[in-house]
Amino acid sequence: MPYVVRWDDDRCTRCGRCTSVCPVGAIEPGVFEKRLVESTGPVPMPTTVRRVVAGVKQVTDIRHRCVGCATCRLVCPNDAIRPEYNPHNKFRWHANQGGDPYKRGGRRNDPGVSTLDLLKFTRISMLTDPALDAGRHEFRVRTYLGRNLPPEELPLKIEGDSLVADGTPFIPPVREIFPIRIGGMSVGALSPHMWEGLCMGVAYLNEVEKLPVVMCTGEGGMPPRLLKSPFLKYFILQIASGYFGWDEIIHAVPEMQCDPAAIEIKYGQGAKPGDGGLLMAAKVLKHIARIRGVPEYVDLASPPTHQTKYSIEEAVAKMITSMSMLFDFRVPVYPKISGTKTALAVLNNLARNPFAAALTIDGEDGGTGAAYNVSLDKMGHPIASNLRECYLNLVKIGKQNELPLFAAGGVGKSGNLAANAAALIMLGASGADCGKYIMQAAAGCLGDENNRCNICNTGKCPRGITTQDPKLYRRLDPDKVAERVVDVFLAADKELKKLFAPMGRSTELPIGMSDGLSVSDRAVADRLQISYAC
Amino acid sequence: MCRLCALVSADYFSPMENILALETMKEGHDGSGLGLILRDLGGEFEDLKDFPILSAIATDKGFYDLDEFMVSKGFRTKHMWEPQINLRPGMSIQRRDRYIVKAFEYPDAVKDQPWEVKARLLTDTRLEIRRMGEPDGSVFAFSFWPDVVTLKEVGDPLEVGEFFGLDTKPIPARIVFAQGRQNTNYAINLYACHPFFIQGQCTMTNGENTAFVPIKEYLSGRGEPAYMGYNSDSEVFAHILHFVRARLGYPLKYYKDVITPLADPEMERRAEAGALRLLKRSLRMLTIDGPNCVIGCDQDGTVFMVQDAKKLRPGVVGGVRGKVGLMSEVCGLTAAVPGRNTDHDVFPMKYDMAMVRPGAKEIEVCNQLDGSTTTINLA
Ligand code: SF4
Ligand code: SF4
Repeated sequence: MPYVVRWDDDRCTRCGRCTSVCPVGAIEPGVFEKRLVESTGPVPMPTTVRRVVAGVKQVTDIRHRCVGCATCRLVCPNDAIRPEYNPHNKFRWHANQGGDPYKRGGRRNDPGVSTLDLLKFTRISMLTDPALDAGRHEFRVRTYLGRNLPPEELPLKIEGDSLVADGTPFIPPVREIFPIRIGGMSVGALSPHMWEGLCMGVAYLNEVEKLPVVMCTGEGGMPPRLLKSPFLKYFILQIASGYFGWDEIIHAVPEMQCDPAAIEIKYGQGAKPGDGGLLMAAKVLKHIARIRGVPEYVDLASPPTHQTKYSIEEAVAKMITSMSMLFDFRVPVYPKISGTKTALAVLNNLARNPFAAALTIDGEDGGTGAAYNVSLDKMGHPIASNLRECYLNLVKIGKQNELPLFAAGGVGKSGNLAANAAALIMLGASGADCGKYIMQAAAGCLGDENNRCNICNTGKCPRGITTQDPKLYRRLDPDKVAERVVDVFLAADKELKKLFAPMGRSTELPIGMSDGLSVSDRAVADRLQISYAC
Repeated sequence: MCRLCALVSADYFSPMENILALETMKEGHDGSGLGLILRDLGGEFEDLKDFPILSAIATDKGFYDLDEFMVSKGFRTKHMWEPQINLRPGMSIQRRDRYIVKAFEYPDAVKDQPWEVKARLLTDTRLEIRRMGEPDGSVFAFSFWPDVVTLKEVGDPLEVGEFFGLDTKPIPARIVFAQGRQNTNYAINLYACHPFFIQGQCTMTNGENTAFVPIKEYLSGRGEPAYMGYNSDSEVFAHILHFVRARLGYPLKYYKDVITPLADPEMERRAEAGALRLLKRSLRMLTIDGPNCVIGCDQDGTVFMVQDAKKLRPGVVGGVRGKVGLMSEVCGLTAAVPGRNTDHDVFPMKYDMAMVRPGAKEIEVCNQLDGSTTTINLA
């Protein structure tokens, strides 16, 4: 068993809360025969007796293994129960019961330190020019999502002593956004409360805090009311191979009050490269079925690829053009791919496509609501070198400012959201996406790289984050989620400034400022073309 | 921090004036080098304005290689200036074999070609010479352009000036840029010494350029072979000037909008706000992140000074009619142009770009925020 449940007979009052709350049925009321020492007479006369007592028992069936979520501990009024990680467990050898490979949600189970966390910011302005004051200087921590024209192609002409627009009608749409985005997590994968909380948080950040944070819908559309709301501009609509939710979106287009922030075409996901989206039947309740335009309670598996497209030119170029046309070329359209050695091929293709607005690369440490364990653990490419390679390739062809790169997958894996994002930016990303980080920070997701919890696919999320069961998602207060989303981004904004200030960067995001980074691993330094420091 | 001193005059003057001004700003530079660019030349070069002048330093071997090379390219020597080297005991300067300032006649093949063809040839030739001399350090070529002379050497500016004999036999000019170097993070290298020159444009800068790497990478990808070198983080300022003026053809005032773009809400006050927004996005990689004070000279001889918002102590522009200085410190200006009316001094702030046209009759200050220009007539 990966987790052993420690139950304390003496403290337990047999209230039964733990057994009723356990999301996987790992514990149940049980009876034990117990040897007790008793003395009941007027003078002490200890005798041993055997009694049958009721208590809490861990189930030994691997299918009901304890996942270590500690919800039992959370509800226990007497601190009588807790799970304990068993480093000697043999779970992986037995997970394939019934001939079915192990499926789960969550992340890659690798508790090691990621490359992003190895990177240090080592270029500090000191004597020649004093470092900036993060609290007092003016900072511009913004990035562009969308294609920037090369300066030679700007539709400008000189009139007298001034530059004026020459009237060319098409200028690729560009959004100015905060460089950390919330990556695609779908309605359906997430509970209504979780989704609502994220949306409220994002709207508040934009409207009140004036921090232009955008969030991607993931594959699965959006509630129709939100589609027709003025808040749509804070959302990136994702289209993936199942096209779930797009019937609803297309029908809403005439009634939209504003354009969405962008369209993301998902070709791949870092957590499970080569796999399409997967929403287990248990989560396809009525409202989800409606938004997605499908029957209730069926497994919703998106195909691994966009079935109507064959070659890279078609898959990417045609899809980008058709999605651009939908919004009259006013909305940036870009693909998201999983980190791969072949990212450069996609990149070069995009670099030549004037309608491609960006490229998001999702590294192996990305998260998912449901996938095969083997894909999660073994497939995919780490983000750092993949992103760096793509950026340096853009530098080589001189297009690093034309096609922004966004990096995802493991940003904030160990809790260092801003530092990881800043490192990616300095390696060449225009921005970074987070998903699991925000689930943990805003909703208390329990998952970790020791396969703790990670049962998002079952619809039994003990925190109410990835479930459609009202009994479970009632546990999550959307207002609290929203509040935490705001906290996270306000803090990240400050932390980014704290990182950029000593390096003397305040007017522009230090995209590609690789001289500011160092690492104490020679091989990593060489691969990323940054300096080695120890 | 490096000290900068540019002088623009209606009459020819000796570059020694710049060096003496630098001397007053001495606590700011550490004597690790002097760079001089002279434009609009007088004296023996007055009648040679159309002939390209090569400014270089060479070893004896490099000197002969260079001669051979120039002959092979069809350039014929027209005139040569040799500094009267005065290496006094106590001077810390390491004398090199040859200091070359040589005017050439164009090869016959390009003599009657349009100016663009000649300009390309001059740049490519300079780059070839640089590549030729770089492996063994036998030749350093700084500029190859009509009516421009560059002198650079490692050492204390005053000593370097005397070493070149500028106090006794100067090359007079109407525009002189001088920089006293404060060696910081990069090794002392002649190519790292300001001012930097590219195709008729030059700049010198003080302060640290924290956005150096992204800017350098962006420029390197523009397909212009002369965007190279980058031994100093300040070299990019000259190349940005060239890119904005020569490649994009934008009016000079947009140099400021490129290197220090306005914040989006600020742009609205400018008539061309839409264009500025596009510029800012497309040229984002050329945004400097200072603090820097940049003094530059455009192809037509307009000299300017700009700085970014973080430059807390601005440079100064001031002078009298017919002679204006653009300096990093006021004491330098006082030394170089005595008797000026200090009320007319301009300290360009975060939105200002101060310009002085050839002849130095007035100082124009372009305000980036509202697009207005204020002209200060000098008495
Ligand atoms: S830790 Fe979670 S899975 Fe394990 S017994 Fe407790 S509630 Fe059940
Ligand atoms: S808490 Fe919910 S979202 Fe987090 S790992 Fe567990 S099941 Fe998944």
